[in-house]
Amino acid sequence: MTTRASFVSGLRLGVGPGAATFVLGVSFGAAATSAGWGPVLPILSSMFTFSGSAQFTLVTTLPTGTAAAAVVAALLINLRYLVMGIALNDSLRGGRWWRALQSQALVDASFVGAHQGGGRFDVARMVGMTVTQWTCWVAGTALGVGLRPDPDLLERLGGDVVFPAFFLLLALEEVRSPRAGVALVVGGTLSGLAMLVLDPGLALLAATAGAVVAAAPIRRRDRSDAGASR
Amino acid sequence: MKAWIAVLLVTVGASLLKAVGPLALGRRPLPDSARRVVGFMAPALLAGLIVVELGGNGGDGLDGAQIAGVAVAGIAWRLHAPMLLAVLLGALTAAALRLL
Repeated sequence: MTTRASFVSGLRLGVGPGAATFVLGVSFGAAATSAGWGPVLPILSSMFTFSGSAQFTLVTTLPTGTAAAAVVAALLINLRYLVMGIALNDSLRGGRWWRALQSQALVDASFVGAHQGGGRFDVARMVGMTVTQWTCWVAGTALGVGLRPDPDLLERLGGDVVFPAFFLLLALEEVRSPRAGVALVVGGTLSGLAMLVLDPGLALLAATAGAVVAAAPIRRRDRSDAGASR
Repeated sequence: MKAWIAVLLVTVGASLLKAVGPLALGRRPLPDSARRVVGFMAPALLAGLIVVELGGNGGDGLDGAQIAGVAVAGIAWRLHAPMLLAVLLGALTAAALRLL
């Protein structure tokens, strides 16, 4: 597949997660405006920060604490991108700065949608998916700023189901081998346990240990070992 | 002003988090053992995202309607519903349960 075709397929694949992002964007725009951010900052934040989890963390933590604490909390939730950037690097091309620029297209659904198996990623597809989601996120935020719907209304309409449901469907697609299933189960379990005592950002990071467990080599006893032990 | 500065810092920080790996590694390939781990990163991260989305909610615990909605979306998708329709069914389920 050519780079252009991969990019176009990414644009199409981004529609599903993009729809979810749009709903969340409306919710973010409304929440940020209600928190006193005014009409411009929420949209600029969605354009340039482009991280729903970090932006929501800022909106909810800024009114109750210092800016430093809110920034640290928002960055903690994004720590997973450090690991994802390292994971992506082998599939990127060019020098360090060009690679760093391409890595800016990293978002959760694009990372998963671009995965070709065996740790390889289709970067053009990832960028395409991200372009769709970015457009939806910014448009949703602008609509939320303009309409300012009651934040509870979206939840009452089931808006809080959209993202976890998408993640579940992507996970079901991604589990193509028993080991991938191990990564899913161990990652989810570790994340759940970590949630009991840690910040959600660190709990997310804990999930990556599931990949380490799934990748661990299985030691099989060879015949001579088995014979010697009898 | 506090919000503007915080947004600026988070924007720069989030961007750096994504860029650190490629900036540090450049053209150097990952060792084989690390590449194997990378191959399983997507399902592990997705599991974490699902758990945090369901359990997060600002720390106020699990929501039965949300969990039911997500489960319905999964079942619908398994029954070959298109992705968007499956998610919509999940959202409608949660909304209906909340009306009860």
